[in-house]
Amino acid sequence: MPDSKLDLLQGTLDLMVLQTLAAIGSLHGYGIARRIEQVSGDTVLLNQGTIYASLVRLQQKGWISAEWGTSNNNRKAKFYSITRSGRKQLSQDAVYWQRLTSVMGRVLALRIGGDHK
Amino acid sequence: MIAHLRQSAHRFLALFRPSTFDRELDAEIATHLEFAIEENLQRGLPPAEARRQALVQFGGPQQSRERHRETRSFSFLDEILQDLRYTLRILRKDHSFTVIALIILALAIGANTAVFSVVNTLLLRPLPFPDSHQLVWIAPPPSGCGLSCATYSADAYEEFRDQSFAYQGVTGYGAFSTPENLRLTGRGEPQPATGIEVIGNFFQVLGVQPGKGRLFTPDEARGGPQHVALLADPYWRRQFNADPDIVGKSIELDGTLVTVVGVLPPSFDFGAVFSPGAKVDLLTPLDLNQQRDWGNIVTLMGRLKPGVTTAQALQDAERVAPNMYFNTRYPESKGRYKGRLVPVTLKDYVTGKLSRSLIALWASVGVILLIAGVNLANLLLARTAARGKEFALRGALGANRGRIIRQLLLESLVLSGAGAVLGLALAFALITWLKTQGSLALPLLSTLRIDAQALVWTAFIALVTAMIFGLLPGLRMASGNLQDSLKDSGPGAGLGRKQERLRGALVISEVALACMLLVSAGLLLRSFMKVLDVDLGFEPDRAASIKIDYDDSAPTEEASQTKRGVILQQILERVTALPGVEAAGMADYLPLGPNRNWDTPVPQGKTFAPGELPDPLVYVVTPGFIHAMGTRLRGRDFSWSDGPRSERVVLINESAARVYWPGEDGVGKILMRGGTDPVRVIGVVEDVHEEHVEGGAGSQIYYPVMQQGPNGAQMVVRTHLPPSSLAPGVLRALRELNPKQPAAEFRPIRTIVDRAVSPRRFFMLLVATFATLGLLLAALGIYGVISYAVTRQTQEFGVRMALGATPALVQRIVLARTLKLAATGIAVGAAGSIVVSQVIVSLLFHTTPSDPATFVAVMILLISVALVAGYFPALRATRIQPAIALRCD
Repeated sequence: MPDSKLDLLQGTLDLMVLQTLAAIGSLHGYGIARRIEQVSGDTVLLNQGTIYASLVRLQQKGWISAEWGTSNNNRKAKFYSITRSGRKQLSQDAVYWQRLTSVMGRVLALRIGGDHK
Repeated sequence: MIAHLRQSAHRFLALFRPSTFDRELDAEIATHLEFAIEENLQRGLPPAEARRQALVQFGGPQQSRERHRETRSFSFLDEILQDLRYTLRILRKDHSFTVIALIILALAIGANTAVFSVVNTLLLRPLPFPDSHQLVWIAPPPSGCGLSCATYSADAYEEFRDQSFAYQGVTGYGAFSTPENLRLTGRGEPQPATGIEVIGNFFQVLGVQPGKGRLFTPDEARGGPQHVALLADPYWRRQFNADPDIVGKSIELDGTLVTVVGVLPPSFDFGAVFSPGAKVDLLTPLDLNQQRDWGNIVTLMGRLKPGVTTAQALQDAERVAPNMYFNTRYPESKGRYKGRLVPVTLKDYVTGKLSRSLIALWASVGVILLIAGVNLANLLLARTAARGKEFALRGALGANRGRIIRQLLLESLVLSGAGAVLGLALAFALITWLKTQGSLALPLLSTLRIDAQALVWTAFIALVTAMIFGLLPGLRMASGNLQDSLKDSGPGAGLGRKQERLRGALVISEVALACMLLVSAGLLLRSFMKVLDVDLGFEPDRAASIKIDYDDSAPTEEASQTKRGVILQQILERVTALPGVEAAGMADYLPLGPNRNWDTPVPQGKTFAPGELPDPLVYVVTPGFIHAMGTRLRGRDFSWSDGPRSERVVLINESAARVYWPGEDGVGKILMRGGTDPVRVIGVVEDVHEEHVEGGAGSQIYYPVMQQGPNGAQMVVRTHLPPSSLAPGVLRALRELNPKQPAAEFRPIRTIVDRAVSPRRFFMLLVATFATLGLLLAALGIYGVISYAVTRQTQEFGVRMALGATPALVQRIVLARTLKLAATGIAVGAAGSIVVSQVIVSLLFHTTPSDPATFVAVMILLISVALVAGYFPALRATRIQPAIALRCD
């Protein structure tokens, strides 16, 4: 599997997970996955299983914490919530993403102009 | 950054509890799917569809798990751990192989670690003194006249010290001390103790700091009024129960009060460095003034100034030597030390003689490692052959060759690692045992230990061994065609034959190496036997010695001599009367220990060129001593009537007689001492090996105790009973005559000889042990290969027997193959042995390196062992039932 594509996806997914947890608070893996799908209007084609690799990575980095708990339909599930350093990371990454997208937008616009020359 | 570190740490930790993570993840996935199914059901899907969609959305639990594993941990390490677990499982399953491999490895690695520790201690590691490379030993080139020619006078020491430029400090110790030369009195029964007199700055020059108290002050070193002593650490612990307040206390030595000024550190062991195999209890300052006229009494050593080489020190010594006096009162004694001051590094002096033996030992233990490695390679080859299908299957399932080689290497590493741990335990036991071998006259033994260097060495050889025996089968395996292995239905296929050739070559090399070891060991054994056969000039068996105490103090020299004669005669008559005692006599020095010479007697009426006459070694003895030692004598022995007033008489040895009166009988002739003092030679005794068992003897002269003052007395008792059984009776008799007689050790004369030959015995035994080990390993190798070949040829033999071959023929075929392997190995080994034996020629004694007896014996031994190793598979071959053999797949 090509690594570069995976990396980009990973970074994106990690940021989405952090943002989701920051917005909603404590949530289990299924909830996070569904939430991301809903927010994206089901445009993100997410293999829900990949969320768990992302969760364990964020956890090991200390940006989220996990705790076993009971869901509102009485199921035992692992609930994740964002930590303080996770919030800090999120704000940094969000700024980075916004800058990146705006730069990307400008660069792509530039390329179209260049084609006409 | 912190997050990154944190993640790495977590990933690393995750390696060790994969099951916890997997369990948690499985639970999460299960919950996840339940949530999903529930939501799908709520959306109105039928249960089966709800479940299918949930799984589709999830995207495959197994992939999720894999990715989870990769993310949370290091996949490479994880794989290695997987392989490791697999390896352990395999090794457990194949436990008979594992046990054999571990035994071989533990023996080979243990022997290597132990020998390395010995080599490291004796050869590689510096002496246990600070900046020990600066320390030099100063002695004349070897001469035939014993310790007196290897030492220096008090005046010579002082002049050398004052005139040399090369040294920061020059020191020495009194060379003529004997074991148990002191008695610790005033504490009940007198206890023997061994003391050495050292020049005052001895410890400063060596750089030894006291463990307790202080060193000698300059005043004490000059022989001040106060008697002082430093205790060796073991003596302080043994004799004084490690009394913490010992410093400043007085102890009584031979009736004199001596103040203990300090205790030496445990790291300082005088005997270990300067007098291998001896233990020294006390060190006292040497009074140079008192001993100024005693001739050569001290050894010389010095600490070079930084940057000064031994070559420069030699130049310096050659400059000083012509100005040195033997005794400043005699101007003609100036320059006597010309050419007799040669500095060598102290290290060289202490262990230089042993370096060849040690290197030979190191090489032989290295060969053992090689044989063990080849043997294991052989075992592993057989195993990989048997496991061919397993690997083929793994290959078919997607494992690449690298991973399979890695698996095999890992197995080797695990085996050699475990072998190294066992080997270390073995080496530790060996070293601990060796350390306590006080009778082994090797220097520095007490400092023997397994240190960090030895551990690194062990790890290194374990790794090398693993490479030897792991890589070879691994490469073979990986180069083999997987499909062939899969198709290969029995052990009779092509790969087996190729493999067998390789294994044959391995066994041949094993036999060759074992042959070289055996030849070396055989030559050393022959040498050792020859050493034991040396006619020492005395009979060491059935005799024992004990140090005697007596009081011959009297106002005049003559009265003292008379008194001494009376006391000693009384003691000897008493002891000789004991049941079981055949003869008894005394001498101040015994053979193979310290010795000395005094003067240069001249045969009356003859003139000799300067330097032509020897300085004979001097022994002051009682009547009966020559007989008690079992030394042959021509002429008569001393008698108790050879008193102070009768004619001066001496005994000389044959070497001296040959120089003094060549071709004539020396008995009855006159020697002149100091030009004016005639002594009559009343007998000529055979040459006694005084210094070395292996060297020749020089000139010797014996004086009677009634005419010459002895330096102590060692009584020798000859008996037809076991010597130790005499000890209580002898000691009781001595105590009756002299209640102050200390409880001295009753030492069989044999132990003196044993000690002298102990280094040779030690090396010979070790090499012989390694050779035996090598032989066993080679036998195991032969057995393995022949056994495998028989298994491979089961069908062939079955066919042959079905067609009428007799069991005897089959047996002959198998044995012939064994012999071919062994003979090839022996041929290669014999060629190698000729080279090896030339290398060790300097270690041999009265044995030619091409000693035919040794070579023939080794060949016969190897052939017989090979035949035994081949016999069992051959026997199995004859029992093949054709019907069964032909039926089997």
